[in-house]
Amino acid sequence: MAVSDRTSWGGRFLDNPAAFVAGAVAVLLLLDLVRRLVTGALGPATLMTYLWTGLVIGLIYGLAGIGLSLTYSILNFANFAHGEYVSVGAFSGWSTAYIVAGGSIATLGDLFLLRPPAGRVGVSITSAPLAVVVGLVVGVVVTVAMALVLDRIVYRPMRGAEGISLLIASIGVAFAVRYLLALVYGTGRPGVTAGTRRFFVGDTLGLGRFIVDSHQIAIIVASLGLMLGVHLLLTRTKLGKSMRAMADNEDLARVTGIPTERVIRSTWILGGGLAGAAGFLVVLTQGTIAYNIGWLLLLLIFAAVILGGIGSVYGAMVGGVVIGIAQQASSIWLRGPWSDMTLPVTFALLIVILLVRPQGIYGGVETT
Amino acid sequence: MSDTEERQAAPDGTDADHEEPGTADSAVEEAAKSTPRGIPLRVQNLRKEFGGITAVADASFHVEAGSLTGLIGPNGAGKSTTFNCIAGVHRPTAGKVYFQGEDITGLRPEQVANKGLVRTFQIAREMEDMTVLENMMLAPRGQVGESLAYSVLPGLRDQVVTQEEDLRERAWETLEFFEIDHLAGDYAGSLSGGQRKLLEMARVLMTDPEMVLLDEPLAGVNPTLEKKLLERVHELRDQGLTFLLVEHDMDIIMNHCEHIIVMHQGKVLAEGGAEDIRNDDRVIDAYLGETL
Amino acid sequence: MSNSPRERLSVLRTRFSQGGGVNDAALLLVTMLALWVLFAAVGMYLQYDTAGVLGTVVNMTFLVAVYALAVLALNLQWGYAGLFNIGVAGFMAVGAYSVGILSGDPGGTPAGFGLPLPIGILGAMLIAALVGLVAAFPALRLRADYLAIATVAMSEIIRTTLLARPFAEITGAGQGFRNFPSNPARTLYYENPGDVTSEPNAIGEAVFGVFESLGVARTNLVVDLTYALLLLVIVGIVYVLSRRTGNSPFGRVLKAIREDELVAESLGKDTRLFKIKIFMLGCALMGLAGALWQGLGNQSVNPTTNFLPVLTFYIFIALIVGGSGSNTGSVLGGAVFAALLFLLPTYISNIVSTFNLTLPRPNSAVEAVTPLFSADPMPLVGFVVANIDSMRFIIIGVLLVWLMQNRPDGLLGHRKEVASSVDLMQRDRKRGQTAATDGGRSQGGESDE
Ligand SMILES: Nc1ncnc2c1ncn2[C@@H]1O[C@H](COP(=O)(O)OP(=O)(O)O)[C@@H](O)[C@H]1O
Ligand SMILES: [Mg+2]
Repeated sequence: MAVSDRTSWGGRFLDNPAAFVAGAVAVLLLLDLVRRLVTGALGPATLMTYLWTGLVIGLIYGLAGIGLSLTYSILNFANFAHGEYVSVGAFSGWSTAYIVAGGSIATLGDLFLLRPPAGRVGVSITSAPLAVVVGLVVGVVVTVAMALVLDRIVYRPMRGAEGISLLIASIGVAFAVRYLLALVYGTGRPGVTAGTRRFFVGDTLGLGRFIVDSHQIAIIVASLGLMLGVHLLLTRTKLGKSMRAMADNEDLARVTGIPTERVIRSTWILGGGLAGAAGFLVVLTQGTIAYNIGWLLLLLIFAAVILGGIGSVYGAMVGGVVIGIAQQASSIWLRGPWSDMTLPVTFALLIVILLVRPQGIYGGVETT
Repeated sequence: MSDTEERQAAPDGTDADHEEPGTADSAVEEAAKSTPRGIPLRVQNLRKEFGGITAVADASFHVEAGSLTGLIGPNGAGKSTTFNCIAGVHRPTAGKVYFQGEDITGLRPEQVANKGLVRTFQIAREMEDMTVLENMMLAPRGQVGESLAYSVLPGLRDQVVTQEEDLRERAWETLEFFEIDHLAGDYAGSLSGGQRKLLEMARVLMTDPEMVLLDEPLAGVNPTLEKKLLERVHELRDQGLTFLLVEHDMDIIMNHCEHIIVMHQGKVLAEGGAEDIRNDDRVIDAYLGETL
Repeated sequence: MSNSPRERLSVLRTRFSQGGGVNDAALLLVTMLALWVLFAAVGMYLQYDTAGVLGTVVNMTFLVAVYALAVLALNLQWGYAGLFNIGVAGFMAVGAYSVGILSGDPGGTPAGFGLPLPIGILGAMLIAALVGLVAAFPALRLRADYLAIATVAMSEIIRTTLLARPFAEITGAGQGFRNFPSNPARTLYYENPGDVTSEPNAIGEAVFGVFESLGVARTNLVVDLTYALLLLVIVGIVYVLSRRTGNSPFGRVLKAIREDELVAESLGKDTRLFKIKIFMLGCALMGLAGALWQGLGNQSVNPTTNFLPVLTFYIFIALIVGGSGSNTGSVLGGAVFAALLFLLPTYISNIVSTFNLTLPRPNSAVEAVTPLFSADPMPLVGFVVANIDSMRFIIIGVLLVWLMQNRPDGLLGHRKEVASSVDLMQRDRKRGQTAATDGGRSQGGESDE
């Protein structure tokens, strides 16, 4: 306690300039954005496309981030295997979707391994909605099962261990799961979704024409639905309330001691399930799948969670959308070869947030 | 005694430009600036708030050179917080701390320690994965070997070795003084609670302090060790070291300290010798319900 | 006395954990010798020719040396000061690119500055240290788990920036970087080391001649052998310096920071300064490792496949295997990881193929697993052997979990390395008197005598 107090005042001294610079840069970028819109250097349709695609990918980050945020705050460690939960959701869900949609075009084994070309299997929300829905559900269920099994064999024997020990163990889990996927599915990056319907939106609103495809709509519907479900769970049920209390309030968690097994189990179920769903959905929008898909997303998910404030469920969602849109909108400034700098800039942003406001934009604010 | 005096001769007058004018009324400022030689520590209107809680509410007191001063008060009175404000762990919300005439308010812990004002912790904080001797050797100030180059480079390293040999002997002697030299090679983590308290005291002495802040050094210590510890404190005091002792147990303070400060709800309730305190109604009220 | 292997192991473990300087050095030497024998045996079993056997051993030696170097660097930060830096790969990348850019051929693409190699290497360490200084600011302020995220993000920033097209003229971007100065072993043996067609110089003639008479005609292999041995010498130097760093008042403060930073501060140590110093020193050594490994060693880097965060985790695992906080453990962990966990499995499928088993080669996991239902495990075995690359990572992951659950102090147990430049248990009473008359307070002395 004593230490945290001191770092906070020691920190504030150094923070102010950094926070000031960060704020100033944000304002400048916003002004420049307005300038570009006014001068016509940036068409409204382009901007809308960035916002829209950013929202879609950001909701997925947020979905995956909820689980990471919950495990981080309730179990007290940064789960570096969370990306692999996303991957497992993606693979199990898409294997199922292939089997449902593929019928007899290939052997069950080949369908399971996602070998037939995407065009022949034809999984898309418009051509095979059932396959997509069943895939999503199975992806969630399998990931939950895996999360519970991993908790039983890896984390439960380590209850009460230091956060860093758990973090290292989770790196081990990440390795094992990632390469198990590589062993089964190979290390390629096959396309798995079939083309789907596209709509041109915006004409009537005077925003120019931008493209919305039905997968994006499906993702938004699914993510918002899941988030609503989580919201109801966390606000209407006793278990949910106690989870949120433990996640939001470190002191309470300290007073009540180690969380009960029931709360831990629910955390994994919720967090794993949402990660699995995010994995399935991210493939729906990306179109391709690979054994390291979750690992590549992990840092972005961390960014979302830290931006939103660790422990804050709603913060994770908002953080995800902010990161998603920021990533897309960065191409307003990072053009041509400079677009390669999108990831470095995003990660730099993550570090700046950690330094300037480690409690996140929502930290310390009542999040009901 | 004479060399004690010398050590405590503070560089008076140098701190005038340290002052921020207008923070307290000028009489108090004056008093603080012209801190007499005999008063190494002076706390002026110290205030510390944590969010809504006021842990220390405008406490003022001083500690005389070569004294064993007691700071008592019921649990939650603000004693540890006062300590932490003096030692630089907390930055006070308001008020001033002067050590040997110098304003040390808001300095970092290592800066305070390097001025010769060293503290112990209420819950003994040993480096559990370091041996008792390592703990001891850590403490001395001004070790050449703390510079990376000196520790590593062939030519310079000899100096480090010589100093290490001197310090090692001092560490052994100090351990003997506290009668824990038989534990020298053990990990501090394997020590009993009382032994840890002894080690913590011994470690503080290794820094060659001018004044020592002891936060409940007797909590959880068995009577034999308690006696031993108090004897050592008296011996060191007789050699000229100044102590501010926080203690929850009134009897110990009454029997051992020549000057006593009573805190209650963040304020200094009373100050004086054991007799004055014993007869002070406010103190009795404050301790009502506590063991007296 | 110690009959069961378990008992013997525990005896060994205690002996190891008490080892002084000489014991430790002997242990490292024996380990290296054992690994040489093992890999030579593997090469011979596989009926490689002399050059092939030597190649196997040289390859292993190189990898052991570079891992040991990187692990020693990480141990300074994490093992001693508890600074959880998982951006090792990024700092290695900085070292590798820096040595290339500083000492690379000015006529090559991307162009280097053509500075002498020692300057290039020192410059690489310096640049890595400066990048480390930037990273040290989070290290000063963040909790260990936040620092983990910040440093892994930093290493990805470095890697993706090296890939970015705007800097292609300096870094080569997606094409990677190949314009490295030739390694010192090559310089030793050739008239014109930069030129592949160059004639050997007098030393080269002599040494190559000796090896040719032993049946090793490949001069490249001789160069690699020399370089690997040179690396072992560098590891030795870094090991000694790291030991001195750890076993000194400086290292004592680092240890104290790891244990309880507030106490260290309360004893007057400016912990922030120590943290910055050790972070920079560790990063400089990581830069050195990168310069000597991927840079001068491999002569070619590409950020799409090199310097991935996985590399950091390998180095971490090696440190955990050896036991963090111990320099000897670091070198051992590096050796065990590189040789036994990383390299040895790559020989397994070759070894298995000598058994004349003709394992089935199912071309998918499904084909490998389904025969299990008819009690035929061979397709699965064949599949696993064929995919040993993935298997090895799975095993590494499981091992890491097992270590954290059962042996958080490392495979060889907790090691007692007392942080002091002198043996603390060895008293010297004469000193006490001189110290006392020097004006030291020495309360103990007065009461005692
Ligand atoms: N870091 C802190 N944050 C919030 N409140 C604190 C903190 N430290 C102490 N307090 C509060 O300040 C008051 C005084 O505490 P303390 O100084 O520890 O008392 P004492 O040492 O006299 O028992 C108590 O009410 C305690 O709860
Ligand atoms: Mg207290």
